[in-house]
Amino acid sequence: MSLTLTDVHRIAHLARIEITDAQAKETAAQLNDIFAMIEQIGRVDTNGVEPMTHPLGGVQRLREDVVEPAPDRSELLRNAPAQQDGLFLVPRVIE
Amino acid sequence: MTELAHTSLAQLARLLENGQISAVELAKTFLKRIDQHRELNAFLDVRPELTLQQAQDADKRRARGERGPLLGMPVGHKDIFVTRGWSCTAGSKMLAGYMSPFDATVVERLAASGMVCLGKLNCDEFAMGSSNENSAFGNVLNPWDRAAVPGGSSGGSAAAVAARLAPVATGTDTGGSIREPAAFSGVTGVKPTYGRPSRWGMVAFASSLDTAGLLAVSAQDCALVFNSMLGFDARDSTSVQRPEEDFTRALNQDLRGVRIGVPAQFFTKGLQKDVESAVRAALEQYRQLGVKLVDIDLPNAPLGIPVYYVVAPAEASSNLSRFDGVRYGHRARQFDDLIDMIKKSRAQGFGAEPKRRILVGTYVLSHGYYDAYYLKASKVRRLIAEDFQRAFEKCDIIAGPVTSSVAFNFGEKAADPVSMYLADLFTVPASLAGVPGLSMPCGFGDKGRPVGLQLMANHFDEARLLGVAHRYQLATDWHRRVPAGF
Repeated sequence: MSLTLTDVHRIAHLARIEITDAQAKETAAQLNDIFAMIEQIGRVDTNGVEPMTHPLGGVQRLREDVVEPAPDRSELLRNAPAQQDGLFLVPRVIE
Repeated sequence: MTELAHTSLAQLARLLENGQISAVELAKTFLKRIDQHRELNAFLDVRPELTLQQAQDADKRRARGERGPLLGMPVGHKDIFVTRGWSCTAGSKMLAGYMSPFDATVVERLAASGMVCLGKLNCDEFAMGSSNENSAFGNVLNPWDRAAVPGGSSGGSAAAVAARLAPVATGTDTGGSIREPAAFSGVTGVKPTYGRPSRWGMVAFASSLDTAGLLAVSAQDCALVFNSMLGFDARDSTSVQRPEEDFTRALNQDLRGVRIGVPAQFFTKGLQKDVESAVRAALEQYRQLGVKLVDIDLPNAPLGIPVYYVVAPAEASSNLSRFDGVRYGHRARQFDDLIDMIKKSRAQGFGAEPKRRILVGTYVLSHGYYDAYYLKASKVRRLIAEDFQRAFEKCDIIAGPVTSSVAFNFGEKAADPVSMYLADLFTVPASLAGVPGLSMPCGFGDKGRPVGLQLMANHFDEARLLGVAHRYQLATDWHRRVPAGF
């Protein structure tokens, strides 16, 4: 397997990271090195092995559906790059 | 002043309890050293007025009759834990200046026990790195040798403890980020069982692996702090519900009858001679202390790195999707529309390594590749974890090197991501299995740089792990060595 420049641009778009052609070229080489190292797991026999997604095989814990105190709204908004009237501001998305 | 800074946390606790020193005096001692050694770049945010306020509060609590070994004890927090009062950047330009509206559970629990925060410790960006070269705010220097990396990602924590700028520091370990810098900087670093420390308020990297832990001078010091730090937290969905326990309870247990397993896979030809001889000498010391050494196998451990570099980036790509320039974090100044704003903000805010891992993770989770990478890696991860369970039928503790070499030089691996990733070859297996692991000083290797001995135990067996380490530290003084000039 070898990732092309087109692949890298596609992945970067999915990941919502702007990337120039020059960066994509360098990135492609590095990603191909990384995947060359990863490839060896393809040769392992994993027939009948259950995937492990959690080290302790934990079950999802549920809590009572009750109202709990939340941090102050103004404190939560304090780190927002742009805000107005208690809301996060983003560029217009609906014309 | 130097004398106090060179006193163990356990001894400082006695001095505080006896009223021989105040929390304010202790805080001032360490704040002064932090200021004197700013060139190490270990701390990213220091606010003496806040630290002294916390110290005064601790002294007042003691004056009112409150007791506890940590009441008034200083601690540094890795800049991955959110803190009220101090900024939290996770070593990233993305979060420069971020002020959290709440404290991480680990920070909150330690503060409740009376610990005094000295400030925030530098780390690789989003805890991604093994050398500290990925911090957006400049790398930390290794107090033993300024040409050497301090290790990563908890490099600031390791260097601060090595230079005695803090008696203890928090860290996080996802694939080795406590144990590797502990080894490179000559301190003791412990990663508990996954799920024991709360992840609430830890900037997320890979949620099935991220584990908070400690770096300190000795295993005994870590045990004392774990008593307050670890425990169930309803706010962390994978937090483990278990009764409270005393992590110091096995410190005085004899080593006779303890079986230490030595995995063949940790002593292969890539292991440098200087590290091997220090580790072998430590094993021999254990044998003389009454331990039975047994040969064991972790046949799938060498697959740890490829598995980790699928699983961790996959989880990271999901966790780091929250940085969109909307609710917090960097926002680009100029953009065309919403998507362009997000793309430019992320391109500008993230450094090279987080970007690389996000791209790897996005790819392995993308349509058509999920089975071949993420699912396959999750299966091999189980094989690695099962190796540990088989090994722990034959032994109580597993021992080996932490790293294959002593600390490398700055720049040596920076241009080659794969060679950097291999620095975590011996630490990643315990992370994937979720078992506790520890690194402690066991000698010096090439260029006089520290060597670490790694000990691992089964899930929830931290007390024994700390006890076995403590017995070695009673018999040796490697952990008490301080780098010249500190």
